[in-house]
Amino acid sequence: MSIEFRHVRKTYPDGTTAVEDFSLVVPSHSTTVFVGSSGCGKTTLLRMINRMVDPSDGQILIDEEDVSRVEPVALRRRIGYVMQNSGLLPHRTVIDNVATVPILTGTPKAKARQDALGLLDRVGLDRALANRYPGQLSGGQQQRVGVARGLAADPNILLMDEPFGAVDPIVRDELQQELLRLQRELGKTTVFVTHDIDEAFLLGTQVVILKRGGVVAQIGTPAEILANPADDFVADFVGAKRGKRRLTAEERGAGDDVLLVDAAGYPAGLIAAPGGRLELADALAAGAGPKSRSVSNKTDQAGDA
Amino acid sequence: MLFLQAIQWILDPEHWAAVNFQAGIAEELGAHLWLSFLALVFTAAVALPVGLYIGHTGRGRGFAIVVANVVRAVPTLGLLSVLLLVSLALPPAVFVFVLLGVPPLLAGAYAGLEAVDRQTIDASRAMGMTEWQILRRVELPLAAPLILGGLRGATLQIIASVTLVSNFGINSLGDFILGGLAANDYVQMTAGAILVTVLALLVDGLLAVVQRFAAPRGVSRGRGTTTARGRRLSVPTGTPVSEGN
Repeated sequence: MSIEFRHVRKTYPDGTTAVEDFSLVVPSHSTTVFVGSSGCGKTTLLRMINRMVDPSDGQILIDEEDVSRVEPVALRRRIGYVMQNSGLLPHRTVIDNVATVPILTGTPKAKARQDALGLLDRVGLDRALANRYPGQLSGGQQQRVGVARGLAADPNILLMDEPFGAVDPIVRDELQQELLRLQRELGKTTVFVTHDIDEAFLLGTQVVILKRGGVVAQIGTPAEILANPADDFVADFVGAKRGKRRLTAEERGAGDDVLLVDAAGYPAGLIAAPGGRLELADALAAGAGPKSRSVSNKTDQAGDA
Repeated sequence: MLFLQAIQWILDPEHWAAVNFQAGIAEELGAHLWLSFLALVFTAAVALPVGLYIGHTGRGRGFAIVVANVVRAVPTLGLLSVLLLVSLALPPAVFVFVLLGVPPLLAGAYAGLEAVDRQTIDASRAMGMTEWQILRRVELPLAAPLILGGLRGATLQIIASVTLVSNFGINSLGDFILGGLAANDYVQMTAGAILVTVLALLVDGLLAVVQRFAAPRGVSRGRGTTTARGRRLSVPTGTPVSEGN
């Protein structure tokens, strides 16, 4: 299920342009992240895929099929959607929330609920929570229910609109790892919107950095973007300009680890150096002394994704 | 003293059968309720669809407010007089009370829908609910307490005002008030007033109970972990353990 944007434009009746001439191919079975500050049109672009917003001009194709020819309700039922603050129905239990879409599409209630229990397992929620109401769950648990609901109809496409924006950093970390695990297991075509560049680099196979008006600043893998920022805007946005990404091995920590600091001198982390040697770096940058060797911490993580 | 005498008057079984050789409490009560009920049914038939449409689409809100306020400003007794002079029958009377009942129910319906969290509705739409399903399965259950609040307001208005039809020879509990006034029988007059008041309070209390049960479970009304139905929920909401795996 690949998604293609062809010269998409969105102008609102009051004259504001949310998106002007946006084109992109979202490859199937991988995660594409739209990242940018507020007002860059990233959510608008996401919502065009399931026709929550219709473009003023241009086309969006899912597997070569123009979505404007698909009836919105039918289209939305086969696309998973996860939003910030979960958007769960407050008057329905967790299990009924997860089973909503399958029941809409005609799955018998008992079977839909049974399947929903399986989905709770899948997103790491205790089945004991099945009969609670959303208001009785923590923010992180609510987001997990939101993800389970998004997956309930077994869609090929999953749209995620800042799903982890409103949870605390520790829970966000867990949810991100959980999403990476789910993505490895399920291989959905995922489009993810965030304003957090670290989250984008962690989750995205393809990262699209957007400027105001839906203008693409750069498209690439996290490694490509970090290594070659297209312009000052991108360099600034990913933090390369401020030296946040340029890490230098500075001094020995306790034991064999080496302490990494960024250009501003703040400690950024430790790197394993058994026997006092940086194994990876030695192979990559022969000749350079440990003092000037640079490593990007985020790129490594993103590479795993 | 007058009050106690009036209570005694009401409790007298003879008054339930007939008062001054005319309709007794039972008959007047029945007529009063029947007229109120008719008015309420038509009120709902007008105000609910319009209110739900406005609340769901957000369209026509300003127009509805203006119309409701204009209608509210019409003097009920005056309108009754005009209509009943033309035709002395039940339908025009019902029409007048529908005008009276529509504004509160209309306001309750659209305010109830407007109070539903936009994000919840947006998510429902994004999941693939049709507009009708959003209304039926999301907005109506969540708005039910406010809509019923509007219905209570309309009911109270109608029950209290139906007394006026006695001026035009249509049966209602107002007959006791007017009859008492004409005959300088203040005990009967007070009794009539008490009957109308008690009836209004009883019906209102009944609707209050319905309203309480209509409040969707899982949606607390700002009283900690107690649901609207008053059932205490099992307390710890975020179990940190399940967060970690």
